[in-house]
Amino acid sequence: MAAITVELREQLRTRRSADARGQVFRGLLMLALLVAFAALIAVLYTAITRAWPILSDRPLDFLTSNTSQSPEKAGVFQGIKGSVLLAGIVAAVAFPIGIGGAIYLEEYAGDTFFSRFLQVVVRNLAGVPSIVYGLLGLAVFVQSLGGLTGGRSVISGGLTLACLVLPVVIITTQEAIRAVPSELRQAGYGIGATHWEVIRSIVLPSAAPGILTGTVLSIARAVGEAAPILVVGAVSGFFQTGTLSFLEQTQSFFTALPMQIFAFTKQPTQTWGAHAAGASVAILLVVFAMNSVAIYMRARLDKKLRK
Amino acid sequence: MLVTERKRVSDVETEETATAVFEVDDVSVYYSDFRAVTDVDLDINEHEITAFIGPSGCGKSTMLRTFNRMNDLIEGARMTGTLTYHGIDLYGPDVDPVAVRRRIGMVFQKPNPFPKSIYDNIAFGPRLTGTSENMDDIVERSLQGAGLWEEVKDRLKASALGLSGGQQQRLCIARATAVNPDVLLMDEPCSALDPIATGRIEELMLEMKESYTIVIVTHNMQQAARVSDRTAFFTAELDPNTDQRTGLLVEFDETTSIFSNPRDERTENYITGRFG
Repeated sequence: MAAITVELREQLRTRRSADARGQVFRGLLMLALLVAFAALIAVLYTAITRAWPILSDRPLDFLTSNTSQSPEKAGVFQGIKGSVLLAGIVAAVAFPIGIGGAIYLEEYAGDTFFSRFLQVVVRNLAGVPSIVYGLLGLAVFVQSLGGLTGGRSVISGGLTLACLVLPVVIITTQEAIRAVPSELRQAGYGIGATHWEVIRSIVLPSAAPGILTGTVLSIARAVGEAAPILVVGAVSGFFQTGTLSFLEQTQSFFTALPMQIFAFTKQPTQTWGAHAAGASVAILLVVFAMNSVAIYMRARLDKKLRK
Repeated sequence: MLVTERKRVSDVETEETATAVFEVDDVSVYYSDFRAVTDVDLDINEHEITAFIGPSGCGKSTMLRTFNRMNDLIEGARMTGTLTYHGIDLYGPDVDPVAVRRRIGMVFQKPNPFPKSIYDNIAFGPRLTGTSENMDDIVERSLQGAGLWEEVKDRLKASALGLSGGQQQRLCIARATAVNPDVLLMDEPCSALDPIATGRIEELMLEMKESYTIVIVTHNMQQAARVSDRTAFFTAELDPNTDQRTGLLVEFDETTSIFSNPRDERTENYITGRFG
């Protein structure tokens, strides 16, 4: 009896070596997280310290002033206006088309060669470099459809960015719809709901948090893109204000925050050093704000759906 | 008809007075090339509880789903033979499956309330069909009928997901009855529940028999013996032609006869626990 106990005790004893491996892994993973975090902190630190002359001196003025020749008066208001307009156009165009397309692919398209082909195409398009979308925008929206869009305008820019984020919206919406458990659909059909009624009243409300997250993150991405809008022609760096109506403004020269950052970096650093960094802080604020909205809305919807 | 042949002199109930709600005539169900259940002949009587029992994989649930055309939702599912509902061919060309499912409700194995409030779960069906009755009345009536009203009447707006398993299943029963169906199909409704919740639902079924026709699939023989009027025993056998295990109906009779005096050896073996 005693012999068995001793052997048993030996067998049950903690294996140090296996545990050590686990601990090392845990350490490495934590290190990876810290590196990622450090990168983010580094970006924020650099931006804030370089922008400090402006942030400490005239932050509000910087955000509300237009472009100017003199560094003391130049601000990013037009950039903010442009980025907000772009975000609005992306939302208005990409969301209905993307969500609608995803619903069709998930709910109505059968498992045919064509629908599978479409899925592959969409997933590939999500990985196409953004500057290629810029070229697409230049060819289609600026040149071919120039009459409608006003050429190198914020409308063309917005439509180009909408094309850019469309694949991502479709994919995230599809995933959100797929995540709805089939037992909920069965319950819906069992009660005598039609296919569309099941989609409208059961699937979409359940998928809403995921769809929402995907859409707001797409806008955040679109706001940050520089290459496509550079190509589509935000080179002027300013909105034509003055005598133009709002509609006319959207059809003429435009700018956006990434553009302004780019323009500021081309200026001499002594007098214009803080401006690029200041504009960077502005764009970070916009993106953070949008992501926070996404997280908040998602948390509220999750709470409503869970308990 | 199987049943009239088995009428014994001592029976107080006679089958001639019962109306058949469903008549199943030589029905086989296929999923693409796989024959899930073959050549079933039976009928379901009004205001009775009919139980389908048998081992796993013998086509009981498949058979149940033919009654409300839920198999239509599965790609490749098809049926041969005739299934009539109050004399109408349920699979006729001018019959709308959605309309069928509003008259023939279903309760599933795992409770599946919608992630909405208790009130909205019940109101879901009536809102789809449109109703002149006051919604609050419908909700109360349904919850009363499912024996859940007293427990939830003060928190109708709370999420249905906060209820216990047994309560959720009763909610699903209430949801199914909110649209005033004719028939209730129950696919192992108690298998995910504890014995006390199971007992409550069985009591409920016996009460509901007055107003509805109930068909229940159950793995639990004792449950079938407790609640059902008639029982159908299914089993799965190797089909020599296709080398597949296909479900088939072995025996269909009054519950008391099945359990005390089964005619088929396979039924007897299952009931006495020699296999299952």
